Amino acid sequence: MQNDSITYIDAKNRLFGINFRELWRYRDLIFLLVKRDLVTAYKQTILGPIWIVIQPLMSTTVFTVIFGIIAHVSTDGMPQFLFYMSGNVLWGFFSSCLGRSSGTFTGNARIFGKVYFPRLVMPIAGAVYNFVNFILQTSVFVILVVVYVVLGANVHPNLTLLLTPLLVLQTALLSTGIGLIMSSLTAKYRDLNVLIGFGVSLLMYITPVVYPISNVDESFRWLMLLNPVAPIVETYRYAFLGSGAFHWVFWLISVAVTGLVVFVGLIVFNKVEKNFIDTV
Amino acid sequence: MSMDKDCVIKTEHLTKEYELGIIGSGTLRRDLQSWWAKKHGKEDPNRLIGARSFEKGERFTALDDFSIEIRRGERVGIIGANGAGKSTFLKLLSRITSPTDGSIMYRGRIASMLEVGTGFSAELTGRENIYLNGAILGMTKTEVDKKIDEIIEFSECEQFIDTPVKRYSSGMFVKLAFSVAAHLDAEIMIMDEVLAVGDMKFQRKCLAKMRELAIDENRTVLYVSHNMSTIQELCSRCVVLDHGKKAFDGEVEEAIKLYLGGENDTFISFEYKDDSFKEPVRHHRVNLEKACFNGITSQVFYDDDKVPLELTWSYLEDVENMGLRFELTDFRRYPITAFVVQNLSGKKGERVSKRFLLDISALAQGRYYTRYVFFTRENDFAEPETVENAAGLVILKRLRTETGLRWQKVWGSVVSKGIEMIE
Repeated sequence: MQNDSITYIDAKNRLFGINFRELWRYRDLIFLLVKRDLVTAYKQTILGPIWIVIQPLMSTTVFTVIFGIIAHVSTDGMPQFLFYMSGNVLWGFFSSCLGRSSGTFTGNARIFGKVYFPRLVMPIAGAVYNFVNFILQTSVFVILVVVYVVLGANVHPNLTLLLTPLLVLQTALLSTGIGLIMSSLTAKYRDLNVLIGFGVSLLMYITPVVYPISNVDESFRWLMLLNPVAPIVETYRYAFLGSGAFHWVFWLISVAVTGLVVFVGLIVFNKVEKNFIDTV
Repeated sequence: MSMDKDCVIKTEHLTKEYELGIIGSGTLRRDLQSWWAKKHGKEDPNRLIGARSFEKGERFTALDDFSIEIRRGERVGIIGANGAGKSTFLKLLSRITSPTDGSIMYRGRIASMLEVGTGFSAELTGRENIYLNGAILGMTKTEVDKKIDEIIEFSECEQFIDTPVKRYSSGMFVKLAFSVAAHLDAEIMIMDEVLAVGDMKFQRKCLAKMRELAIDENRTVLYVSHNMSTIQELCSRCVVLDHGKKAFDGEVEEAIKLYLGGENDTFISFEYKDDSFKEPVRHHRVNLEKACFNGITSQVFYDDDKVPLELTWSYLEDVENMGLRFELTDFRRYPITAFVVQNLSGKKGERVSKRFLLDISALAQGRYYTRYVFFTRENDFAEPETVENAAGLVILKRLRTETGLRWQKVWGSVVSKGIEMIE
């Protein structure tokens, strides 16, 4: 089989030089990297992949005890466990995607120095890996929602559920987009790694993960909702539990911000990836 | 830029520059600190003590205006001293870094083996790693499926193929990794000394495989090595790089001759300006200033050539009855022999140049390191005391004609001539 396609390399810096066709050719690599991560993450552990589900259940329990039982944060009358779990699972997805993609350059310097493949493969594989975990966790969440509904609790899944695939995709794009920008910056300045570490946990507190947005004073609720993650979490929770409201204007703003972040992310990433290896 | 049908790689004015010095310190705070200091004309607090400070914008040209055309099915060897630009060229071709100027055009896919086993995952089995590594090198799963049996067979690891590679010996690891790379469906194969690892038998097998791919399937092979015999075995054409420029392009034999002759050409003559080539001694009574080969342009000596050496030194105090020893060691730095001259003397401050002719006709083919040791003795029975001791010029001994028995390195470095069989 003779491949006759011609590749041309020169020194010019194209603003948007990402080759999506090439990326598609490497889809098997993405799949295999995800598989590798799944296999190696839980090798030589007693509980194996059950950890994926245990993690959010445990942190949700802690949230329920601390914020619900001790601090008495309102959950708009929702069952506390479900309320915290919905936010927790989605936030976990957001923060782990961001963490993975922001380490793209620093974490893969060795392999990037020895072989070429589209560098975007790495953050995409990371996002897919986290998506698999997210799906497993969400299934447990859905089962719990069904149990609560059957038991007659104050839970009202509604038609907004149809939006959830979009919300999940948006979460992946937004977090990976921020990660791409961060990874391009950390290629030169390692201090940003520290910032990402605690920045993400701080960001959680200005996102309605452990409290409903209705808890926030009306006068600056709009400000909170300008945080692009806030409308995603709120809408996601609204879809499953029927609490709160669907702030569609803010959601559209969030979608626009996501688009912008991804676009900027791809541009800087593409610029940095060309000569990144010279500055390691 | 265009490329005719038979041409698979074409570069034009390809140039790669690196910025010298430390590119940023890696943290924002320190960069700001350095920038602030510079702006106010103070010394950079983050400069390493004793480090040479590079002017801003001072650059190192790793590859300089390199143009080449390679045709389908050619097996091109690339040789040159360390830092000549070989690896930079391969890195540019395999798109690990991008050029500062010029362009590259190539037809088909490039499989680069700058390192074997890149991306191998210790926890995965041999078989899983074949798929992963294949994908990293640009193969799809279906392509690997078609080749997997062949790969496993070539790797000689059938027995352990479903064991995690962390339990492999390093030799098995290399074999498996190389097998994956050797079975890529790429039109262009790039190898950077990957054969330096692995046992001799496997090396031979790999070279044979590469030749076979090039000849039978018309693949193009680019091979970088310091090992001239593998270059001779594999390549049909050879490029010599020198300081980032193309010094030669053509016949393999000729290229190797040029390269071996021109290696370390800066050390035909050497001036001892700093002390890094000298070993500390108790009494520095002599200062060696310069060593050079006299009236010749290369450090290569053939057959019965004598080494014309000129040393320049000055006396730091009055010295009488001094000896000078030329010590010779082989490529492993094992002592081979020494030449000694005696009865040198001089007055404090005197500067002398002396010429010597060293007879190295007994030396076997190879590379020899030298050392110049000045010594004095209290009397004929005392141990010599070293008063100056410096690393010397490297000698390369070659034989133009090797008739009959080929001398093997393991037999030693001196070819003894005196043996007669009596009845």
